[in-house]
Amino acid sequence: MDIHEYQAKELFRAAGVAVPPGEVATTAEQAEEIARRYGGSVVVKAQVHAGGRGKAGGVKLASSAEEAREHASKILGMTIKDLTVQKVLVTPIEDIASEAYASVLIDRETQRPMFMVSPEGGVDIEEVAENRPEAIRKLRIDPRYGLLPHQAYSLATFLYDDPAQVKQATKLMGQLYEAFTSNSCSLAEINPLIVTPEGDLKAIDAKVSIDESALFRLPEVAAYRDLDAEPAAETKAREAGLSFVKLEGDVGCCVNGAGLAMATMDLVKYYGGEPANFLDIGGSSNPDKVVAALEIITADPSVKSILFNIFGGITRCDDVANGIVEAARRIDIQPPIVIRLTGTNETEALEILKEAGFSAYTSMDEVVEKAVELAAQA
Amino acid sequence: MSIFIDDSTRLVVQGITGRDGSFHTNQMLEYGTQVVAGVTPGKGGQSFTADNGTTVPIFNTVEEAVEKEGANTSVIYVPPAFASGAIMEAADAGIAFIVAITEGIPVMDMTRTYAFVKDRGARLLGPNCPGAITPGVAKVGIIPGQITTPGPVGVVSRSGTLTYEAVNQLTEAGIGQSTCVGIGGDPIIGTNFIDTLRAFGEDPATEAIVMIGEIGGTDEQEAAAWVQEHLEIPVVGFIAGQTAPPGRQMGHAGAIISGSAGTAEEKMKVFEEHGIAVAKRPVDIRALIQEALAG
Repeated sequence: MDIHEYQAKELFRAAGVAVPPGEVATTAEQAEEIARRYGGSVVVKAQVHAGGRGKAGGVKLASSAEEAREHASKILGMTIKDLTVQKVLVTPIEDIASEAYASVLIDRETQRPMFMVSPEGGVDIEEVAENRPEAIRKLRIDPRYGLLPHQAYSLATFLYDDPAQVKQATKLMGQLYEAFTSNSCSLAEINPLIVTPEGDLKAIDAKVSIDESALFRLPEVAAYRDLDAEPAAETKAREAGLSFVKLEGDVGCCVNGAGLAMATMDLVKYYGGEPANFLDIGGSSNPDKVVAALEIITADPSVKSILFNIFGGITRCDDVANGIVEAARRIDIQPPIVIRLTGTNETEALEILKEAGFSAYTSMDEVVEKAVELAAQA
Repeated sequence: MSIFIDDSTRLVVQGITGRDGSFHTNQMLEYGTQVVAGVTPGKGGQSFTADNGTTVPIFNTVEEAVEKEGANTSVIYVPPAFASGAIMEAADAGIAFIVAITEGIPVMDMTRTYAFVKDRGARLLGPNCPGAITPGVAKVGIIPGQITTPGPVGVVSRSGTLTYEAVNQLTEAGIGQSTCVGIGGDPIIGTNFIDTLRAFGEDPATEAIVMIGEIGGTDEQEAAAWVQEHLEIPVVGFIAGQTAPPGRQMGHAGAIISGSAGTAEEKMKVFEEHGIAVAKRPVDIRALIQEALAG
């Protein structure tokens, strides 16, 4: 789960990281009021779950409260990567002597948390990684012992020469690791980590993603979820226990299992169609889930045909068939539905569908080809 | 022969009295797996009676299951909040092969658990995986037995139902499997592609391998390089997620394209560069594996 910059900064502050003050505004007037309190010289920053906010015009410097209001009125409501900006963070402008980069993430190769630091901050770190890999230091941490003092020191000396800054950075690495572990992050990033002309380290931007699987025991972090920042269909899917990602095509897909769902989308493309979505109904075969899935798919006006691909294992095909029949009774489904069911209780399922007037297939290629053909005809 | 599980497998089911645990214990017993014990804390001394009449003793701890019943393999169906603890309990009790089916274990928990299991020399499969099956001998986990048939092809996959699809393609084409292994879709897993490929390489009964990957991470790329250098039997590959958009998690916690890394296109290219025949569709696995076996 991605969280906003201002929320990430709250988590960092709680762990002791030096973060400049800031407040969130949802209207231009609020932004002006906050800016006035900070003396007028502020940055107005769009709060959306997207990178490249600056390039999109979502981050603006103001030298007066009035100017802050003007910026806020332009930024609020603007669209950055399909997301509408509904909040801005107003924070005092900091003078910058140097910019560095620091993050912790999970390294899949060694299966450990890993620090990544670079004296080249304020830029896209992937670019640095590609062009000047020697400017990045990576350090894997044994999660059982945490960040050891000499490791924190070694990260700090990679960034700074000045002893006072090394000392501050050593402490900051510990605080960043603490923020990472205590909030079960998959990423905790400070970019840039600045040194002010007075020699103080400050985190002036923050990016944090939280491991969804850990939210059950982090109620305060779970409350950070911004329902306005995700499409309504994805909220509905999550609440129904489905995984759903909206795509651009017109063939609606409803599949059990993530890998098979992706393979089904790929096959739609192979036969010349475009998938409208990724949707995994999961391992359970609760008919209500199937109904919710069909509600989500049919709510998308670009869907021209709907394709079910179910390989029964734990999922029982007859349950899914009952769900489809039930959904057809409850909601008005316009696009044609084609169904492939195989595996556990396949025979019963085919019987149920036949009785309700649906045609069903047992081969994946056949059903995908049919769905693509129907979408093209519509 | 086979890998990871065979006729010496003596299985303990952790979470045997739960909904999933009891359902799959029945399935595993029906398939012929030697389920020798169950563990549910607080229910020690009771027993589990299967649909086919078999009774399985229940213990409070895995340690007792090892001592009294000689369990050497465990399968875990406990909820995510407790699964990490269950894995470490099994490793501490001396279980050699631990299969964690549970989906949704916090990643930070798994980083510690992975290190713990390694230290004790146990093998962990999963979490968030369908387990493994040696057709005609035993199954540990949830892979439906009826779609498999004994034979010379090893199957290894990060997915659940996509594994079934691939296995089913093989079986329908009359090609049997030595062992089918689902390694799991999480970012942190106990057994990766290379671990499984190495085991298949050492198994005299495995003559060819089907490797099914997906977007996210670099496990497939590293496996491809390893295959070219170390493996003598042919490998056929498939990658799911060619149409997945970057930056979005596709169901599995590990299935996410970060920046330009981990795309299906990149993985398929690396496969081909290292001599792995790539199936464009699941159905193409049939012909490619037939070719591989004939060659």
